Amino acid sequence: MTMFVLYVLIVFVGTGGELCVSRAMKTMGEVTDFRPHAIARVVGRALLLPRMWAGVSLMAVAFFALLSMLSFAKVSFVFPATALSYATGALGGRVFLGERVTGQRWIGVLLVCIGVTLVFLGKG
Amino acid sequence: MTSAKSLHLKTLLLVLIMISVAPLGDMFLGKGMKQVGAMPGWELAGLYHFFFRAFTTGTIWIGIGLLLTFFVAYLVVLSWADYSYVQPASAASYGLIALLGHFVLRETISPLRWTGVLVICTGVLVVGHTHPRTTEHPSS
Repeated sequence: MTMFVLYVLIVFVGTGGELCVSRAMKTMGEVTDFRPHAIARVVGRALLLPRMWAGVSLMAVAFFALLSMLSFAKVSFVFPATALSYATGALGGRVFLGERVTGQRWIGVLLVCIGVTLVFLGKG
Repeated sequence: MTSAKSLHLKTLLLVLIMISVAPLGDMFLGKGMKQVGAMPGWELAGLYHFFFRAFTTGTIWIGIGLLLTFFVAYLVVLSWADYSYVQPASAASYGLIALLGHFVLRETISPLRWTGVLVICTGVLVVGHTHPRTTEHPSS
């Protein structure tokens, strides 16, 4: 049961957080100045957005869940299991951010999911 | 107006930064959490001590520092690129880990793992050939 709860937190809550962060950054406008102080200013302005805080909070929950899972489960199990987040991310990008996820991008996402699983299955 | 070529180039640069620092951060976190020990359960007092131990472990902080660098690069690239583009593209870090392990640390990588790396790289290439941005900025 603990494993299942942690898994849901890592994959679904983590993806939800990243989607919120992505939405928040889109409202900031495209970063064109890459000097450190300019980037620091963008990050500072982004941290004033409620959506950014919602996203960071959800990602923090997923992060603590990942730390907890890593404390008792093997890394070679944890990462293949969480490869599903690439698929939920593409789906979330399409549904919640209105991104045009083409067939080509779906194929790429699917290959990444399979590849991540193979990498960790082949770790032992 | 940003041209498609420069958009691809700066997206690639930021993704390269992400895939370089994230695996190192994960490695330090994993190492640190093994030093901390297993999670005791869901009791509040036990959890408090568990996370207190985690956040007073130096290795964990090195991992957090590297992951913060990753996060800033991630925020910057998401200011223009699709989430469904950036997320799978960042999986190239798995390939980088295997290559470093093989050529720098002289680790033995199983054929199954090489196959996985090849499949990931193919997936990243397929995603990389799509346009990084398919939406208009809400601010524009």
